[in-house]
Amino acid sequence: MLAPALAAAGVLVLLPVVNTLWLSLHHVILYRPKSRPFVGLENYAAVLADPVFWESLGNSLVWVVGAVSLQFVLGFTTALLLNRSFAWRGIARALVVVPWALPSVIIGLIWTWMLDFNLGVLNNIGVKLGLLSASVPWLAQSETAMASVILAVMWQGFPFFAVTLLAGLQSIPAELYEAASIDGAGTLGKFIHITLPGLAGVIATSLLLRMIWVANSLDLILVMTGGGPGTATQTLPLHAFLTAWSGGNYGHGSALAVFLTILLLGVVITYLLRSREG
Amino acid sequence: MKRLRLLLGTELPVGLILAFALLPWIWMMLSSIRPDAELTQSPIALWPHQLTLAHHIELLNRTSFAENLRDSLIVATGAVSLGLGLALPAAYAFSRFRFRGRNYLRTQFLVINMFPVVMLILPLFVLMRDFGLLDTYVALISGHATFTLPFAIWLLTSYIDGIPPELDQAAMIDGATRLQALRLVVQPLAMPGIVAVGIYLFIASWNEYLFALMLAGRNVRTVTVALQLFIGENQIQWGLLMAGGSLVALPATILFLFAQRRLVGGLTGGAVKG
Repeated sequence: MLAPALAAAGVLVLLPVVNTLWLSLHHVILYRPKSRPFVGLENYAAVLADPVFWESLGNSLVWVVGAVSLQFVLGFTTALLLNRSFAWRGIARALVVVPWALPSVIIGLIWTWMLDFNLGVLNNIGVKLGLLSASVPWLAQSETAMASVILAVMWQGFPFFAVTLLAGLQSIPAELYEAASIDGAGTLGKFIHITLPGLAGVIATSLLLRMIWVANSLDLILVMTGGGPGTATQTLPLHAFLTAWSGGNYGHGSALAVFLTILLLGVVITYLLRSREG
Repeated sequence: MKRLRLLLGTELPVGLILAFALLPWIWMMLSSIRPDAELTQSPIALWPHQLTLAHHIELLNRTSFAENLRDSLIVATGAVSLGLGLALPAAYAFSRFRFRGRNYLRTQFLVINMFPVVMLILPLFVLMRDFGLLDTYVALISGHATFTLPFAIWLLTSYIDGIPPELDQAAMIDGATRLQALRLVVQPLAMPGIVAVGIYLFIASWNEYLFALMLAGRNVRTVTVALQLFIGENQIQWGLLMAGGSLVALPATILFLFAQRRLVGGLTGGAVKG
């Protein structure tokens, strides 16, 4: 009964992974399929010598840390608020997930439209409220492009933390809070001594899963800036994709993909060790 | 006083967060039904003066978007069928049999999701090209179904775990085979879970972009790829883009709201237990 699922995973996942490792040791140009000489670790050396690689690595770091921490802070706040009781809580819980249901392409589209230099509604509101002295070309200048794509991915991802952490909050027994109140604990004390320890497992797992997802995702950036202006928003997976796809250099692109995988593997191993303990 | 505290301390912040979550979505929907004259005027007016379906009509009549919608529908439906066909027997096996390497395999299926898509997509492109499957429904359906397999199996296993194994044993004592027990006893009882997983598979495939771009894109072009190509054109026609966005976003939003309680339970179950 497992065989069909295993076969599909084997052909469509394992085989490609092995294949990428293999390609990364060869000089492969997409448009010249006949000639692919073995070059050993030459592609890897080329990657390490490539300044764009280091820049992409730095961009990836900013992207992952910025996106995940903002998503987490907003998502956690949302979860804490939605865990309190008020009349329209049910509707609020349902509607807060809307951004999460949308394709990245649409999300990129919406934010590109709202951040547009001439016609963007955010520029208009910002100028009207006096926050901006003039329209800002958010996605077209390198100082603001990364912040803009992080804003879009924060919008996309904070509902994930909101619902995950809300489920975690609901699994903390109410008796603990009552007992703490009797012992004279304040709101902050309860948060530090009951909520945070009770959520520790959920927080760690959801942070790790989200980091992997954000580190891998490239479609939002591809739609909004294509990695630009220049290489200001080019993250590691996007650099690998552009090198292999637009540049046609599969060997170099594969080596980049392997580097990314090794970096993520560190995160994955942490996750697996953790889940084994649990 | 208590009422005021609730309003300022809870309801107001929740309202602000909801506004942040919903306003961009609403702005897209609103932009899709405003005439070009309003959309090309800088600075853009917040309140529409006139509403029109002209963009939707033009999009469906004058571009290939109707065909793109059809392609997306075929691919997503195919991915649901194939995904469930692969995941249901696997989930049943994980739930009912205790075999060597069971836990190991369950973890392995989760690891699938952690490989960067770029790592998979380049060789898959070459593989599909060698088999002559590039730019076909088969390529996209199999790609989407496999990539969503881990979560589908994970969620279905937890549903089947909730169905007492005594029921399939009773059916087998009455002369049913394993597969008949799965089909006639377990499947109907697990239907709510199967529907939820089906909706998840549908949304995941409907929303997917990178596979759809790399493994197809010319003869078989899904809506996400089509929209991205619209953006790439010299003169961006925001009205058409927003109309396309609204047509793609609406089914995903409605399905997600419909299935969210069950999906969220499944999505978070692992994290909460972990």
